[in-house]
Parts: sequence; structure tokens; C-alpha cells
Amino acid sequence: MQRFMAVRVLQSLMAILVMSMIVFGLARISGNPLDVMLPIEALPEDYERLEKHWGLDKPLHEQYFIFVKKALQGDFGQSLKYQGKSAMGLVAERLPATLELAGFALLISAILALPIGVLAAVAKGSSMDTAAKIIALLGQSLPAFWLGIVLMWIFAVLLDWLPSSGRGGLQHLILPAITLGWFQVAAIMRLVRSSMLEVLDSEFVKLARVKGIPEWKVVWKHCLRNAGIAPLTFFAIIAGSLLTGSVVTETVFTWPGVGLLVVDAVRSRDFQVVQAVVIMFAGIFILCNLLVDILYAYLDPRIRVQ
Amino acid sequence: MPLQSSTRTLPWYAVPWIVDGWQKVKRYPLIPLAILLFMLVIPAIFAPLVAPHDAFQGSLSHRLMPPFWQEGGSTEHILGTDKLGRDMLSRIIYGARVSLTVSLIAIFVGGIIGTALGLISGYFGGWTDAVIMRLVDISLSLPTILLALVLVAAVGPSFGTVITVLIVLLWARYARLVRGETLAIKELDFIARARVAGASHTRIMGKYIFPNVVNSLIVLATLQVGYVILLESALSFLGAGLPRAEPAWGVMVSDGRELIVTAWWVSMFPGLAIMLTVLSLNLMGDWLRDHLDPKLRNL
Repeated sequence: MQRFMAVRVLQSLMAILVMSMIVFGLARISGNPLDVMLPIEALPEDYERLEKHWGLDKPLHEQYFIFVKKALQGDFGQSLKYQGKSAMGLVAERLPATLELAGFALLISAILALPIGVLAAVAKGSSMDTAAKIIALLGQSLPAFWLGIVLMWIFAVLLDWLPSSGRGGLQHLILPAITLGWFQVAAIMRLVRSSMLEVLDSEFVKLARVKGIPEWKVVWKHCLRNAGIAPLTFFAIIAGSLLTGSVVTETVFTWPGVGLLVVDAVRSRDFQVVQAVVIMFAGIFILCNLLVDILYAYLDPRIRVQ
Repeated sequence: MPLQSSTRTLPWYAVPWIVDGWQKVKRYPLIPLAILLFMLVIPAIFAPLVAPHDAFQGSLSHRLMPPFWQEGGSTEHILGTDKLGRDMLSRIIYGARVSLTVSLIAIFVGGIIGTALGLISGYFGGWTDAVIMRLVDISLSLPTILLALVLVAAVGPSFGTVITVLIVLLWARYARLVRGETLAIKELDFIARARVAGASHTRIMGKYIFPNVVNSLIVLATLQVGYVILLESALSFLGAGLPRAEPAWGVMVSDGRELIVTAWWVSMFPGLAIMLTVLSLNLMGDWLRDHLDPKLRNL
């Protein structure tokens, strides 16, 4: 177990390292940062002076170490677009909106996915099960950004029930949260269905039935409680994909979160902000994956042995 | 009360024809195959012949015309026109070409790299295997969209950028798959005999192991086409994929986003094209997997 965990932790660190190298390397490929900072009429001496000041005259690997050191302190430099704001400060400002959206999306997808998954397992082979399969297939095939626009068109434009964009009360949250949660519905549902099928077949469920416990109680209490463990271990993966998925959803609904920030930054070539967001999201994403593996290995001894 | 009695009494909400219909669709992928052929392959190959209008040049006097069944639409532009007066149907047809080109190139190159590394990894084992497999793990744990965003922020959106991002993301699955199969195949008798007969390592890998993994590769590639089209269109929608001038489906949906109040058709039809294409590709991939290589069930 310890060996397994050590390997996985090392792997995650490597992944973050690779990601930081990619980000750093690309920042250098994209051109001399001094070209952006200095006016056109700047003299070669100005370049030299600033090069010294920013440490750009040092060898590349030293620059990389400085970059990592600063990144660890949360310092990614100043935003080019929003003058006078640090890249990390902007991210921190926008983070609550993203977390709000992701949390609500998770709630909605759990509320939808649990009952569908349970019913699909209980009535295996019925049209309920078929409907669940179709939902899963649609979850794989519907582009999230398009689903968002369709929802916006139906509920904001045609019916005029909900606002189409921006952040505000609960009404503002519904459409983006459904768009973001849609993919998770399919994922959670499949997990619930397969683990329910396993539990429904076990001895203690038969015993509960023999004892004369009402069927609804057997299914929703005794079974679901045990079948819920497997989907729970995937919680971190879902959280990770909700974060990266928020980039698309926030763009569709102009939701003022980190996702919209990074897309705007890409469009205006605000590389400092892109760096800050990507490194932070990648860190969270990779950490989530690590958490899942460790949690899973803890709950399922078969994995540890490998 | 037993949940599944032997006579299979269906609950009230079980409508038999839906269940049967679905199973038929799953068993005979003719319907998705037909949609696919019709929507993707034929238009992609014959785009200039099939498209009723020029997909790149519009006439400003025909701006934002609705589809023909709506007030103000005409049968000349069956699906309407966009804000530059370009014919929607023609653009969607050219979009099929763009999507197919990008995803096929990315899958092909990614597949070749992955297969080669997987063969080497599985065949030689040892530290080569360890290094390549760690690379696979790392590549699989990189967040897709973010990687594309950084790359585009650095070098700008272009065909090359999108294809590069997709290749970086795709190769690892092939490497893992091929390595697993190679490990099993290299223990078989005929490999040992080939070696005794003096075949070189390259020859053994290329001539004797590779043909035995082709089926799995075809299945994986088919299953990935839909995923790649979805990914490419999401990136294009974000402005981190294909350049804005290209008639890519994701770009078109993005164009229609701000027109949603006045011109719903600009974003609806390209999105519908993405959905139907990916849906039929997924159904076909499932069918291929069941027939060519059932052991890949958990891919």
C-alpha cells in the first residue's frame, strides 16, 4: 500500500512538473516578453537593462527554476490586460463564482443520476433501463457548449423563464448548472447502476426481503447505502472534470468565473493569466486524480497488490 | 416479492416497442451507418460538388435569412444564412470536411506514435517499458482543454495547433492498448520460432506482432473519432481550436451564440450536425467492438 501510494504521489508530481515545463516552454516560444513590455522606439540598451532586471539574460534552466519558485509562492506576474492586477489575484477574485457553479452542477447531477441509476438497475432490461442507456449515450454525444445554447434558446429566448447569462440569484444558476452537470449525470448514473446490480444480488438483500421489509425500503435504504460507495470514490474525478468543464459552460453563459477569465485571457494573449489558471487547474485536476486512486486502493484491496 | 421473476413481467412504464426498437438499432447499425455516410463522408469528399453555394463567400443582401419553412426564408438557402450572408447548409457540408480531416490526421498520427511506442514497450520490457509507461500515465493525467488553451495562447489558433494538441492527448491510449496485447503475444510459440529462424526485432514487431493487434486498433480508432470531433469542436468554440475563418462546426456554433435571440438557426444546425455525427460514430464503434474485439468492453 505504501509503495503504491509513493508511486502515485511521485507520478502526480511528475505530471505537474511536465505541465509547468510545457507552460514555461510555451511562454518562451510565444516570443520575447520584452517586445510586449517595451515601446517600439526602445533602444538596445533598454532591452539589455530590462533583460537584467527580469533575469532573462540567465540560462534557460535557471529561468525555469525561478519560474517554479515564484509559482510555488503563487506569483505569476502582472496581468497585461487588467493593468495593475496580479494574475493570481484575478484568479482568486473569480474563483468563488466557479466553485458556486460547480457545486450546484454537482448537486443537480446527483439528484438526477441517483434515481435513474437505481431504477435502471432494479428494472434491468425494461424501457427504464433502455432510457438510462440512451441518456448515457447522449451524455457522450452532446457537445456541452451546444446544449447550453439550446437550453438558453428554449428557456431564455422562447419561453423567457430564465435569464440567459451573467451571475445573480438562483435563476441565473439553473441553466449553466444543468449544462455543466449533464455529462456527470451519465457518468454517475452508469456507476450507480452497475454497483446497484451487484448489491441487489447479494445475500443480505435476500435476507432483508425474507424478513418482510417493504421492497422500497430494501432498494432505497439497504441497497443504495452499500451501492453508493463506488460512485463516491469517483467524486474527485467528477470534481476535476467539473472544473475543466466550467471553461466551456462559463463561456456560453458569460458566467464571471475562472473559466471565462482564462478564455478571455487566451483571446487577448494575456499569457500571465493563462499561466496562473492553467497551473492552478492542472494542479487541482491532478490532485483529484491522485485522491481517487488512493481512496480506491484503500477501499479495494485488489488494486494494492498489483 | 422477487424483482426479476422468470416470466419477466415488465413494469407499467416498459413500452415493448421502445425496448425492441432500441435493441434493433444496437444490433443492426445500418441506421447510424447511413446517417454517418450521408452526413460525414460523402459531403466531406465531394464538398465542392454537393454544396449548393459558396461556403466562404456570402452576399450581404442575404444576411441572416431564416430556414425555408420560416417567414422570410427561401428554398434557395434551405437552412438559412449566417450574418455574412453565407449559406448555412454549404458551410455545414464544408464543416464535415474540416472535422473529418482534423480528426483523421490526429488519430492516424497519434495511433502510429502510440502503436510504435506500445510495441517497443511491450516487446523489450525493462526500463524502456517503465519509461514509456510513465509517459503514458502522465499524458493521460494532463487536463485536455487547459493544455490546448496554453498552446493556443502561445502560438495562436491554427490547424497545426489543434492537431498537435489532439496527438499529444491521443497517443497514450494506443500505447497502453498495444503494450498489453504485445505482452501476451510475445510469449506465444510462433514468436519464439521467428526468433530462432533469425528474424530481427523490428521484423518480429512489425510482421508478427503488429498484425495481431490491428483489430483492437481499428476498434479503438473508431471509438475515438466521435470523441475527437467533440473535442475539436469544443476547442474551436472556445477560440482555442481552428481559426475563426474556417467553416468548422464549433466555430459556427460560437458565431451563433450571440445571435441566439434573432437567428437561432446559425447555432442550432451545426450543433445538430455534431451531435448526430458523434452519436452515430459511438453506436458504430460499439457495434464494431462487439464484433471485432469483445474483450475491449471496458474501453
